[in-house]
Amino acid sequence: MAIGIPLRDQRADGTGRSRRRSSSGMERMERRWGIALGLPAMLGFLAFTIGPMLASAWISLTDWNIYTGANFIGVDNYNEMFTGDPLFWQSLWVTLYYAFASVPLVLLTGFAAAMLLNADVRGKSIFRTIFYLPVLVPLIANTVLWTWLFNPDFGLFNSLLEQFSLPTSQWLYDPSTVIPSLILMAVWGFGNATVIFLAGLQGVPTHLYEAVEVDGGGWWQKLRNVTLPMMTPTIFFNLVIGMIGAFQSFVEAYSMTNGGPNNSSLFYVLYLYRTAFSESRMGYASALSWFLFVIILVLTVLIFRSARSWVYYEDNTR
Amino acid sequence: MTDLAASAIPEPERRTAPVRPAGRGRRIAGRVLVYVALLIGSAITLFPFVWLIRSSLMGPAQIFSYPIEWIPAPFRWSNYQEALESVPFRRYLFNTMRIEFLVVTGTLITSTIAAFAFARLRWRGRNLIFGILLSGLMLPYAATLIPTFIFWQEVGAVGTIVPLVVPAWFGGGVFNIFLLRQFFMSIPRELDEAAYLDGATPLEVLRRIILPLSKPALIVVAVFTFISVWNDFLGPLIYLSDSDQYTLALGLRSFSSLYTAQWDLLMAASTAMILPIVVLFFLAQRYFVEGITLTGIKG
Repeated sequence: MAIGIPLRDQRADGTGRSRRRSSSGMERMERRWGIALGLPAMLGFLAFTIGPMLASAWISLTDWNIYTGANFIGVDNYNEMFTGDPLFWQSLWVTLYYAFASVPLVLLTGFAAAMLLNADVRGKSIFRTIFYLPVLVPLIANTVLWTWLFNPDFGLFNSLLEQFSLPTSQWLYDPSTVIPSLILMAVWGFGNATVIFLAGLQGVPTHLYEAVEVDGGGWWQKLRNVTLPMMTPTIFFNLVIGMIGAFQSFVEAYSMTNGGPNNSSLFYVLYLYRTAFSESRMGYASALSWFLFVIILVLTVLIFRSARSWVYYEDNTR
Repeated sequence: MTDLAASAIPEPERRTAPVRPAGRGRRIAGRVLVYVALLIGSAITLFPFVWLIRSSLMGPAQIFSYPIEWIPAPFRWSNYQEALESVPFRRYLFNTMRIEFLVVTGTLITSTIAAFAFARLRWRGRNLIFGILLSGLMLPYAATLIPTFIFWQEVGAVGTIVPLVVPAWFGGGVFNIFLLRQFFMSIPRELDEAAYLDGATPLEVLRRIILPLSKPALIVVAVFTFISVWNDFLGPLIYLSDSDQYTLALGLRSFSSLYTAQWDLLMAASTAMILPIVVLFFLAQRYFVEGITLTGIKG
């Protein structure tokens, strides 16, 4: 989904150019074919994105379950969510906690690694590949591996801690450490952010660093006054993508903890999944999904809004 | 898919600022620090992999020994055979590859056609429509999950691979269209125009001019798609109920709930599922660089 970066140079677009040779026949031909060939994608978008979005808004106003069909019940589902469902609040809290802790940590680690890799080191591509390897691990295999790493009796972490006579942890089996454990696991996948940051770092003009050097500035001034401001668009992009992803985490909780212990890792989408597919309460689950959509939308808008004050664009062409 | 897009960003050219701090000693110290940090970071990153492989080759006694043993003695390669035979992984592999084939083919064909329409043919509203399509990338999948499920249920397709495959034949995902569109736009328009003057149709232009020049981008799309199908868990979980139809992701999950404490076998099965993706990544790395450089993702 690397759209944020590439959207900046779309200059190859043909529409703006003067069209010396085009006759009206050519224009008509292009219009007809263009619409015809673009149609499957547009239909797919209507059928698998817009349509379901609207349908889900309607379903959220019903008590639809698979066996009895749907009755219109107005905003009852939303009422129940906000006033009568502690699990909804629990899952919301868990998800916010996870997203707001894991995304910044992943970005920070990813950024630090990118800075190191950008320091003109030898074997850069090897280091980059190593950092990227965890991203390649299929999520379900990752959950199996980390469940084993976190195993309180024989897992890697506790064994190491014990070997150094440090206090061990129950990791996934303690309500207070389960989310920090999942955050640790998320941070292991920092390589994705690193690669995007690395691409951004390539775009920082060398002459800016030279200017800092002329003024006698060291690496800290370069980082503070050149790298960070110039990297804000990339940080912004990673932040938006990371947040949208973190809010929708599901497999980790489903496979590793099943939401436990004591619902302390009940991710929002896991709760939604249970409501829809274990309890068949499609109406209520749709209300949950719409609320998630609204949260993500509001959050994205907030990040975009705040971006005006902290994201720096060199060319104001955006 | 998202993840790989990022990895596809090309090996940066050497444009780093020439480092000229005050003293030479400080400079060397700085370099050493960078390498030390990189080595420690790599070691930490690789540690779970070492644990994974070491566990996959150990016997049940050694795996639970304390203090930790790092070298399997003996190397129990039979773990792999045992793990892969204890549940029908061969069947799961076949099921996965069948979905892979249908999804990758559909994605390649339809995203190419759509990208061509949005990149090379000029028609009013195309940029607006493309922008709307792109905005779909921001939508949480959870928001469309339930109606889509109900739809497939009404059609009677739940329990088959149809819901997993059909969407790929309608545009094949906005991200892929975007990527190919970027690539197509870098090809000079004069080539198309000359062909049109000779009386070619757009489909012929696509087939004879655009496609032969776009091999790297098509490979990138194919690899992205392959990996996302391989890793997909929620889709098969919702739509496939019969264990005969399980994909590898579902198979690994059911294996791990059946053989809870048999970490040697679980690690062997996990390694077996990770390995093909890593190999594919290394094989395709060259095309990633080539493909994405040309699409203009340079930051």
